Amino acid sequence: MVGISSYGGYVPRYRLNRFIVFGAMGWLAPALLMNAQGEKAVANYDEDALTMAVSAGINCLKGFDRQSLDAVYFASTTAPFKERQSANILAGALCARENIRSADFTGSLKSGTSALLAALEYVKANGGKAVVCAGDMRLGKMGSVQEMYFGDAGSSVLVGEGEEVIAEFKGSYSLSLDFVDHLRGAFSKYDRQWEERWIRDVGYGEFVPMAVKGLCEKLGMSPGDFDRVVYPCYYGGARKSINKRLGLEAEKVADDLSATVGDSGAAHPLLMLSRVLEEAKPGEKILLVSYGSGCDALCFQVTEAIEGLQPRDRLSRSLANRKELDNYIKYLVWRDMAPADTGLRGEEEKFIRWSLEWRNHQAILGLQGSKCKACGAQQYPPQRICVNPECGAVDQMERVFLADKGGKIFTFTSDLLAASINPPAIYGNVAFNGGGRTLMDFTDCTLEDLAVGKPVEFSFRIKYYDAKRDITFYYWKAVPASEEVG
Amino acid sequence: MAEGIRDKVAILGMGCTRFGERWDADASDLLVEAFTECLEDAGIEKKDIQAAWLGSHIDEVNIGKGGTYVNAVLHLPLIPVTRTENFCASGTESFRGACYGVASGAYDIALAMGVEKLKDTGYGGLPDSPAFGQLMVMIGPNATAPGMFAQLATAYSAKYNIPMERIKEAITHVSWKSHQNGAKNPRAHLRKAIPKEAIAGAPIVAYPLGLFDCCGVSDGAAMAIVTTPEIAKKLKPNQDIVTVKALQVAVSSGEEAMYDTWDGARILTTRAAARRAYEEAGVKNPREEISMMEVHDCFSITELVTMEDLGISPDGGAVDDILNGFFDLDGGGVPCQVDGGLKCFGHPIGASGLRMLYEMYNQLLQRWPEDRLVKNPRLGLTHNLGGVPTNNVCSIAIVGLLE
Repeated sequence: MVGISSYGGYVPRYRLNRFIVFGAMGWLAPALLMNAQGEKAVANYDEDALTMAVSAGINCLKGFDRQSLDAVYFASTTAPFKERQSANILAGALCARENIRSADFTGSLKSGTSALLAALEYVKANGGKAVVCAGDMRLGKMGSVQEMYFGDAGSSVLVGEGEEVIAEFKGSYSLSLDFVDHLRGAFSKYDRQWEERWIRDVGYGEFVPMAVKGLCEKLGMSPGDFDRVVYPCYYGGARKSINKRLGLEAEKVADDLSATVGDSGAAHPLLMLSRVLEEAKPGEKILLVSYGSGCDALCFQVTEAIEGLQPRDRLSRSLANRKELDNYIKYLVWRDMAPADTGLRGEEEKFIRWSLEWRNHQAILGLQGSKCKACGAQQYPPQRICVNPECGAVDQMERVFLADKGGKIFTFTSDLLAASINPPAIYGNVAFNGGGRTLMDFTDCTLEDLAVGKPVEFSFRIKYYDAKRDITFYYWKAVPASEEVG
Repeated sequence: MAEGIRDKVAILGMGCTRFGERWDADASDLLVEAFTECLEDAGIEKKDIQAAWLGSHIDEVNIGKGGTYVNAVLHLPLIPVTRTENFCASGTESFRGACYGVASGAYDIALAMGVEKLKDTGYGGLPDSPAFGQLMVMIGPNATAPGMFAQLATAYSAKYNIPMERIKEAITHVSWKSHQNGAKNPRAHLRKAIPKEAIAGAPIVAYPLGLFDCCGVSDGAAMAIVTTPEIAKKLKPNQDIVTVKALQVAVSSGEEAMYDTWDGARILTTRAAARRAYEEAGVKNPREEISMMEVHDCFSITELVTMEDLGISPDGGAVDDILNGFFDLDGGGVPCQVDGGLKCFGHPIGASGLRMLYEMYNQLLQRWPEDRLVKNPRLGLTHNLGGVPTNNVCSIAIVGLLE
C-alpha cells in the first residue's frame, strides 16, 4: 500500500484584512469592493515560499526520522532562485540525507499535486519515503484583484508505504492544458490575468468537472462516492455550479480557506487537504483536485492508521495564531513594492561567500551543532575543541540536530538602531534544550512577548536579501512558543 | 613565575585631542594634535623614540591596515610601528606593546598611539565589522552594540531579581554622573549636564537602553611616551613620576557564547583581568585601594556590571552603590569616569584606552583645575571592554605614582 503517511500546513502569522486594501486602493479600483471580504494570510517580512514550505514540512514530519527520507520535492511558482534548487535548501533545512532524490516542481498552480504524484510514483517504484513541501507567495499589483485573493501559505505531505499509510492512494487523472488564465514572465514580479468571467466559466467551470469525471471513469466511481472533496476555486459562484454539476453535497466539499488565508497557489490544494486530513475518519474517500494549466485529480482512502498518527494541529494552530497587519503600506514595504528608507546604515551590504557557506551548510541550513562524546555538551556552531572549560576534548564530536529541540530565552533585547524593514530588530541569546547557547534573531513577536526563561521554537527564515545580486540567504530564527518544545 | 611589570615602566608624557564630531579633522590631524602635545609633555625629541605601537579598530572608515599611515603623517624616522587591533582594547594594547618593549629592555623610549576617525560613516553608531569569523557574519543576528550590551540588563534583572525600573534608575544615575563630569571637561565630546528626568525619558535605542545610556561616537587620538623609571627620573628630576603598576588582558573562551554556565550578568574577562591586575599591582582590597577609575561605559549598564566585575561593588550590589553616589566625583567613594567617560568624553575606539590613561596620569600629577580634581589619588584604574558580552576582550591598567 502506497499513500499519504503524514501531512502538515503552515499559515503565516500576519493577516491583512481585505477591506484595508480596499481602503487604500479603492479610489483606483472601486470594483474591488466586491472582493473586500475576509482576510488573507501574509508572509512576514522574513518569509517566502520556501520558508513556509519548510515550516509546513517540519510540521508534517513531526515524529518521523528525517534521515529516513528518500526524496524531497518542492513545489511553488514563486521559488527564490531560477538556478539553485530549492528542494535542496528544503532538504538541508529538514536535515534529510544527501543520497536522496530532489526536484522542484513549478510553472503552474498544479505543481503541488504534480509533486505529490511524483512522490507517490517514486515510493511505488522504489519504496521508502518521499516528502512534498509546497509554498507560494504570489504578488498582485497594488489594487488588483489578485492582490485581494492571493494569500501566502505552505503545505506538506509525506508519502510512504505499508502500515504507516493514513490515506491510501487509489489513482489519479490529469489534464494538461496551455490555458493562459494567469501569466508571469521570467522577469515579472506581478501576476497578470485574463478576464475573470472566462477563468471562472471555462477554466474552473469546465476543467475541474472534466478532471473529476475522468478520474471517476478510471476508477469506476461517481463523484458522489467521495466523503470529502478538495479543490481550490476562489470564485464562490463557480464553486456552487461545479458542485451542482458534479452532484456534490456542499458539506462534503472542503472550505477553500479564501476568507482566512486566500489562494496560496501551488500550496493551496495540499493546504486544503491537510485541513481535511485533520478531521478525516478511517474508510473515508477523499478527492483532491488541483487547478492551473490543467488539473490533477487524485483519489485517497483513509486507513485505520490515521487514528495512530501523532496529532498535528499546526495548521489549525497557525490559523488561530493570527495577528492583524493593520498597515497596508507595511505590507508593500515588506514585499519591496514601495521603497522605504532604512537610513545609510541600511545601505551596508552583506556578501555571501558560497565556498564558506558550503563548508558550513549543515550548520546554516539545518541548524546542526556538535555534541561532545567525552562530556555530552551540545555546542553551536559545531566545534572541534569542546567548549566546556572542564573538558576541552579535541575532535570527539558527533552531530546534533538542534532545530527540533527548541530552547529557552537566556537574554534578549529590542533594537531600534539596527537597520531593518521591520524594526525593532529583536534578538538575544537562546539556550538550546539539552545544552549550548547561541545568539539569534527573534521573529513573529514583539518585546512584550519575551522574558528570560520563556520557551522558543526555531523557524527557518530569510536572514537577509542581497538586492544587488538577487540572493536570498536563509537561516534560523527563534519564535516564542506558547509551550515547552521538544 | 613571571613577576609582571609593576614599576618597570614610567609614563614620560601624554597627549590627547579634544574628542568629538571632528568634522574639521582627518585621522592625520588628530594624530598630529595628540603627538605634538605628547612630545612636548615628554620633553624629548622625535628622534629619541625608538619604537611605536598604534591602536585602531575599524579599518574600513579609519586609517586602514598596518602602521604605515602613521609614518605618512608623523614621519617617524624608520622605526618599527606595529598596529594593534583588539576591539575597544586596541589603545591599551598599543600601550601594552610599548610598555613591554621598554620593560624587556629592547627600547629605552617607546610611543603608544591610538586613533579613530568614526564620523565619516554617514550615520550614528558603529559600522558592522566582521569580528567572529565570516560564518557569524552570515548567520549572526542583525545586531548593534547597544543591542548586544542591553542584554546584560535583561539577564541581570533575572539573576538578581531586581526590577527593570530599579536598574533603569541606577543606570540613569550612571549617565547623569558622567554628564556632570563631562560638562567640566573642555576636551570632552558631550559637555552638558543633563537632568535625570531627561535621561530616563529619552527614546529607547535598544531595550532597556535609551539614548543617554549610550556613549558618544567620536573622533579622537591619544598617546603616551613611556620609558624606564630611571630615565624618567633623569629627564624629569623635579616632577612626580607615574609608573605602570599592572597591565592585563583577557579574552573570552567561548564559554560565554556557547556553553551553559555563564550567568549573562557579568563579564568573565573583566573578572579574570582584574584578578591578575590586582595581583600584579599588589592590590588586596580594590574598593579601598583604588583611588579613581576610568571604565568602559560604552553603555550605562556596562558600567553597572563592571563595578561588580572589578570587585568594587559586591555581586548584586552595584545598583545600591551607584544610587548612593559611591562613584560620583565628590561621593566619598571611588570616583568613576572623572573625565566624563566614554559616555561624555567620547569613544573613538582605538584611542579610548590611552584617553583613560591620560586622565589618570594627569589626575595623579594633580594637573587639573580644582573643580574636577580627585584629591590625592594613589592608584588609578583603566578598563576597556571590546566586542560583546558573549565574546569580548578586556584590558585593565593600573597606574600610580612611583613611591
